[in-house]
Amino acid sequence: MRLTTLTSALALCATGALAQGQLNIYNWGNYTSPEMIEKFEAETGIDVTITDYDSNDTALAKIEAGGHGFDIVVPTHSVLPVWIEKGLLQKPGIPEMENYGNIAERWRTVDWDPGREWSVPWQWGTTGVAVNTSVYDGDPNTSAIWLDPPEELVGKVNVVPEMQDVINLALLYVGGTPCSADREELRAARDVLVAAKPKWMSMDYGMTEKLGNGDVSASVNWNGSTFRARNTNPDVVYGYPREGYVVWMDNAAILADAQNVDEAKAFLNFIMAPENAAMISGFARYANGIEGSEAFMPEDMRTAPEIVVPEDLQDAGVFTLACPGETNEMYSAIWTELLR
Amino acid sequence: MAGGVPAAAAPQGRATPAQARAGWWLSAPALVLLAVGATGPLIVIVIYAFLAKGSYSGVEWELSFDAWFQVLFQRDIFDDTVSFADAHLAIFWRSVKLSVLTTALAFAVGLPTAWFIATRPAAQRTWWLFAITIPFWTNLLIRTFAIMEVIRNGGLMNSALIALGVIETPIQILYTDTAVLIGMVYVYLPLMVLPLYAAVERFDMTLLEAAHDLYASRLQALRRVVLPVIRPGIVAGSILVFVPSLGAYVTPRILGGGKNMMIGNFIELQFGQGRNWPLGAALSLILLVIVLTALLTLTRLTERNDGR
Repeated sequence: MRLTTLTSALALCATGALAQGQLNIYNWGNYTSPEMIEKFEAETGIDVTITDYDSNDTALAKIEAGGHGFDIVVPTHSVLPVWIEKGLLQKPGIPEMENYGNIAERWRTVDWDPGREWSVPWQWGTTGVAVNTSVYDGDPNTSAIWLDPPEELVGKVNVVPEMQDVINLALLYVGGTPCSADREELRAARDVLVAAKPKWMSMDYGMTEKLGNGDVSASVNWNGSTFRARNTNPDVVYGYPREGYVVWMDNAAILADAQNVDEAKAFLNFIMAPENAAMISGFARYANGIEGSEAFMPEDMRTAPEIVVPEDLQDAGVFTLACPGETNEMYSAIWTELLR
Repeated sequence: MAGGVPAAAAPQGRATPAQARAGWWLSAPALVLLAVGATGPLIVIVIYAFLAKGSYSGVEWELSFDAWFQVLFQRDIFDDTVSFADAHLAIFWRSVKLSVLTTALAFAVGLPTAWFIATRPAAQRTWWLFAITIPFWTNLLIRTFAIMEVIRNGGLMNSALIALGVIETPIQILYTDTAVLIGMVYVYLPLMVLPLYAAVERFDMTLLEAAHDLYASRLQALRRVVLPVIRPGIVAGSILVFVPSLGAYVTPRILGGGKNMMIGNFIELQFGQGRNWPLGAALSLILLVIVLTALLTLTRLTERNDGR
C-alpha cells in the first residue's frame, strides 16, 4: 500500500515536471549566462538544457543533418539568411511579443531580418585579435599578428574555426572587401591564409580560458571573449586590425522543427527584457541590442577597451552582410583547403 | 554460424528440426541487431562515397567519383590545376605513425607492468589488476583534460621543471603530435597490460630456468623463450591498442588543437564544417580498409605461432 502511494506520488512529480516544459538551446560555447538561465527557470518553471557549438558552420551542419532535438539556435547575422532560405527556422511572431519594443532602433530594421520576423538580438561585437603583451608588445592593431606573425608569435597563434570571420579578415588584410565576388581578391586571401597556416599553433575555440592561462599567446578572437581573458590575465590586449575588422550580431531564433515552441517563444520574449539582456552581456561581455540594458550592466562594460572602439580605428570596422550564394561557395572551398 | 547455434540449443546429439528452429528464433534478435546496426550504416557510407556533394552539406543523388579523386588529388579552386593532395597523405601518415608509436610505447611500458603483476603472490594480483582498471572509472574526456592540465605551458609539468631550474621557458607540448602521443599511450595502456598479463600469468617459469640452465643470457631468454610464448597476448594487446588509436577522435581533438588532425578528426570535419559528405564517406572506407589490413596481419602473426 505504502509502495503504491509512493509510486503514484513519484508519477505525479514526473508529470508535474513535464507539464512545466523543457527548452533545448543550441548556442555558442561559454556564451550563455548561467544566472540568466537560472532566473528564466525560476520564473517559468521551464527546464533548460544548453548544448555548445564552436562555429556557425558546425551548427548549420548539425541542424541540417536532422534529429538534433534543439528548439533555439543563435546564428550570426551573416549566415542567418542561409538558415531562413533553407527553411530551418520558423516565424514565431516576434513583433507581437510583449518586449519587442525594447529592441534598439539600430537593431530592429536590419537587412538580414527586416522587421525582426525571424530572430531576436542576442549580442553584438567585433572580431579582431587578442595578444598577450608579455610575449609580444608590438602594435596589436593589425591582422599581421596572425597572417604574418612577428617572430615572437610564430607557432603560438590560434585562429578560431569560424569561416566567415577568418576569410573576411583575410580579405580585408589583402585590400579586398568582405563577400567579394572578385576572384583575384579571393585568391589573394586564400594565398595569404594558406601561407600563414604553418605559423599557427591551433585552430580552436574556447580562447577565453586559453588566453587567460597563457596556453595561447595570440589569437583571432572576439572582443567579449578577450575582455573576459583580460579579467584573468591583465597582459591580454584586444587589437582592432586597421586593415579592417568585422562587426557582427548573433541572433536567437526558433528552429522549424522545434518540439517546445511555446517555451522557446517565452525565452525569446524573456531575453528582450533589459535586465535579462544585461545578464547575458554581464557574463559574455559583449554589447546587446536591447534598449535600457546598460543601466543593469557592470560598470566596467562602459569603459572597457574591448567595447569602446578607439576613435581612429572606428572606420576600419566593417559590418558584413550575408554573402551571395556563389561567394559562399568560394568561401567554403577556401575554408576546406585551409582546414585540411 | 548457422551450425553453431542449433548445436548450442541441443548439447546432446543432433538437433531436431524444432530445436534448430528455436535456435534460429533465439538468435534472431542478435542477428537482426548486427545486420541493421553494423551493415546498415556501412551500406549508407558506401553509397554516399559514390555520390556528388550537396551545396551546403548532404549529398546529391547522382553517381560521382569526385570523392575518391579528392582523396588523392586536389584541384586548385582558382586556376583548376590538379596537384597531389599531400595534406591528406600527411594526415594518414600522422595517424598510422602515431598509432604504431602508441602501440610500441604501450608495449614497452606494459610488458614490465604485466610481468610485475603476474609474478606477485596470487592474492595480491587481484589488487594490482584492480588498480590497472581504476582509470576506466573516469570518463575519457575528463582524463584527456587532465593530461592537458599536466602538459600545458602553465601546467604541472612545466611549472615543476621551471621551479627546479631545468628549463627557463615552458616547453610547448600541448597542440603537438607529442601531446597526442602522450594522451593516447595513457588512455590505451590498460588495454595492452590486461592481455599481456593474461599471457604472462600462464607462462611456465620453469621454462626460464631451463633456458638459464642451457646458458641463455637474460636477453636471449626474453627473445627466444618469453616473447614467443606470450605472443598471443602481445598480438591481442597490439590489436586492442592499434585499432582504436587509428580511429582516435577525442584525444587528437583536444590535445592536437584542431590543427594536428588524425583520420578520425579529418572524417568528422568533412561531415561538419567541411560540408563534403562523400569525401568523409570515402575516407571512412579507407580507414576501414587500413584497420582490416592491420587486423589480418596481426592475426596471421598468432596463427603462425600456433602452427609451430
